[in-house]
Formats: sequence, C-alpha cells, structure tokens
Amino acid sequence: MTKQQANWSPYDNNGGSCVAIAGADYCVIAADTRLSTGYNILTRDYSKICKLADKAVMASSGFQADVKALQKVLSARHLTYQHQHNKQMSCPAMAQLLSNTLYFKRFFPYYAFNVLGGLDSEGKGCVFTYDAVGSYERVGYSAQGSGSTLITPFLDNQLKSPSPLLLPAQDSSTPLSEAEAIDLVKTVFASATERDIYTGDKLEIVVLNADGLRREYMDLRKD
Amino acid sequence: MKLDTSGLQTTAPMFGPRMEALEGFAAAPSFEIPNSSDFDGFQKDAIQMVKPAKGTTTLAFIFKEGVMVAADSRASMGGYISSQSVKKIIEINPYMLGTMAGGAADCQFWHRNLGVKCRRHELANKRRISVAGASKLLANILYSYRGMGLSVGTMIAGWDETGPGLYYVDSEGGRLKGTRFSVGSGSPYAYGVLDNGYRYDLSVEEAAELARRAIYHATFRDGASGGVASVYYVGPNGWKKLSGDDVGELHYNYYPVTPTTVDQEMTEVTAA
Repeated sequence: MTKQQANWSPYDNNGGSCVAIAGADYCVIAADTRLSTGYNILTRDYSKICKLADKAVMASSGFQADVKALQKVLSARHLTYQHQHNKQMSCPAMAQLLSNTLYFKRFFPYYAFNVLGGLDSEGKGCVFTYDAVGSYERVGYSAQGSGSTLITPFLDNQLKSPSPLLLPAQDSSTPLSEAEAIDLVKTVFASATERDIYTGDKLEIVVLNADGLRREYMDLRKD
Repeated sequence: MKLDTSGLQTTAPMFGPRMEALEGFAAAPSFEIPNSSDFDGFQKDAIQMVKPAKGTTTLAFIFKEGVMVAADSRASMGGYISSQSVKKIIEINPYMLGTMAGGAADCQFWHRNLGVKCRRHELANKRRISVAGASKLLANILYSYRGMGLSVGTMIAGWDETGPGLYYVDSEGGRLKGTRFSVGSGSPYAYGVLDNGYRYDLSVEEAAELARRAIYHATFRDGASGGVASVYYVGPNGWKKLSGDDVGELHYNYYPVTPTTVDQEMTEVTAA
C-alpha cells in the first residue's frame, strides 16, 4: 500500500459529554445523544452508551468511527471471555481490558474519551476514567467529552468526594442516594447544554444496581 | 518500521486449537502504525489531539532504613487541571515501586508490563528480581521505542538481596543508579528542600517528613503540581504507604495560622 500524504487527517471530533457517578450500591452512567461535526448537527438521537457486560457500561465521546470500532473490539473480546470462562467479565477486569485495548493503539490512537461505570465484585458502584491512550484510574465520579470542563468543576463542588489517595483511607464513592444522583446528572446536563454547543438534544441515563440495568431519558435543549 | 513487540508476548497459548477463530483478537498483540509518510508529523498531531497529562513532582531517596518514595497527584492539560487524584506511585510488586512522570498512559502501561515480567522472573528463577534487573528490563524496552514519542521519566525503587535499590529510567534511554532523585516539572523545588534536609542516617519518620515537605514545597511553587502528597517507604519487608495528605491541608502544618496580637482594642466612647 502506498503511504498516505502529509495532509492526511483521519480524525473528526463528533463532540458529546459523558458522566458517571458511583454510589454505595449503584452506578449512574449518562451521556447526551447529540452527534455533531463542526457547527453541523448530524443526528439528535445517537446513543453514546454501550453495555459491555452485565455489570460494566461504557460511555464514550470523541470520534464516532473510533468509538464504534472500540466498542466492537471490546464486545468481541468479552464474547471470547464468556466462552473461555463461562461468566461475565467484572467491571475492574473490563477496566483493565479497555486500558490495554487503548494502549495497543498508542501510535495511532482511538480518538475516544471514555468513562466506564459498573458494579465491582462486592456490588459497590465503580467508575473508571480514561485518556485516549489508556491511562486510567478508579474514581467516585467523572465527566468526559466536550462538556467535561463545564461539568467536572460543578460535580467537584456538589460531591467533594474524598481523594482515593488519602491515608487514612476514606470511601471515595459519592454519599448520594440513587435518586439524588439521577437528579444531579439531569441538572448537570441541562447546565452543560446551555453553554456547550456539542451537548444537547436528549440525555440517556443508565442506572446499574442489584436489580439490574435500567434506562431513563430526558429531553435537553435542541438549539 | 519494525517494532519490538516481544515484550508483550505471552509464553504459551492458553488452550489447544482455538486460535484460528480468534484471529486478530487472541493473537500476540502488536502496535499498529499509521500508514503515513510523515510518522513524526502524525505523532505530533495525534499527541496534540489526545492531550497527554503533564506536570508532576516525584522524588525518591535511599537512606539508612531503606528507600523513601513520594509524589503529588495532579494531572493538567495546559491550564486545565484534568485530575487531582492520579496515582503516580505505581505498585509493581510488594517489594518494588515505580514513579510516574510524563505520559500517564506510557508510564502506567509499561509499569504494568514490568510487573508481569518481574513475576515471570520470580516463577522461572525461584527468587525475586533485583532492582537493577527490573530497571534494566524497563530501560531496554523504552530504548527500543526511542524516537517514537514515548514520554516516561520514572524511578524504580525497591528492596532486593543487595538491600535498597534506586534507579532513574527515562524514555530517551537513560538509566542511572543513585541515592537521590527527583523527576518532573516541580523537581527543582523538591531538590532544594531534599538536598537541604537529607542525611543518610535519617530515621523512617524523619525521612517521611522530609519527602512530604519536599513534595509540599514543590506543589507550592509549581503550578502544574498539586493534589495529594503520597509517601511510600520500601524496607526489608516490602513497601508500605505511610501517608497521603491533601496539600491544601498540609499548608496549615507548614504555615500555621497564628492569632495576631492586638495592640489596641476598640473601645466604646461614652458620649460626652
């Protein structure tokens, strides 16, 4: 194959925001459904949330083609895992798989910014946050994507969850109830939509708890 | 371009004839290279787009009782603080720690990879790998990727059969043995405090306090460092985390608020 020219640009930014909040026995993962390129809105109804395992859900923003490719790789890897181990992958295991998958494209990265939410082996909520080349950390809450710079300071202010690095260790999951967390996510997205042109149209919320997985939707501004 | 991916290979295939169906997934992983005539230019643009976390203060030093390792926890992208809770001290195994400066993913991934290699050395040789050996494994990998844009500045600290060990390894291929290192944008400030207070015969408590103070003062003067100052100690029985303090609160330890003496009190003037 001939080498590509110097002006080759394989990436686009399709925008969108993702948020995940971990509680004591639940996890809320949310993302808007707008897909844009530049000032152009491509669609108002594109889901950025992907269920990877029973207890692991990923929300991704960035470049749609890379996000889709990444989701397909992870789904396929999870299918082989099920055949080999006859069980669902745990959320922390999926977290490291995602990290490695992203890093294996270190020199030609997936242009995808992900948050992975789920429940750990004890049933506690967990959130993992990533950069595009696979560095990751477990946190109490996280926001990624075009609205992250608006959303993160707001969540910091409302949740103040203690750093997981502190010693003596403190529980870094959020003190909110499930209903409070869902309400917070709704206000956070309504606010981000006011100031970020890439966030809007509709909010998709996935709630994971001991009862399983539940989806909720809320309309956002469409301008 | 040919990449050395031997560092990623697993030894034996897990089960018998199942590989064909999993082509592209279960095969030994390798790094994909963009099909571009201008690899350097592409890397530059790609790195610009993914904005790696930069700005750090890490330090480690050998003293009488072992090795003290400390770091801040901030990650910033330009002026924006992208995280205040990065784990910059990576636990390779119960006797060895690595520190993280430069690209977060590069450090995290290759330290995880080093942890696997160290464990395999243990299983093959029935003894733990030396710090010199482990740091050389990492240095050799990083050297094989030289010029490809990896960004790693790390210290490998641990305890082996020869006692405490400390090496500095970076993505330019450098590997230095030493007793006192600091890496990152806050390192000049940390070195100032560290060099001033360092003695070989420090007790564990004194050494931990010196490390904490050096990180604190670095976060005070370096805008790209901050968050939580974590301090680890590696002794003959492996590493132990000694402290993790929010530097915002540490400030009040080093600069206590003293109530100012009041020279003159305001008094009610009785109406004439």
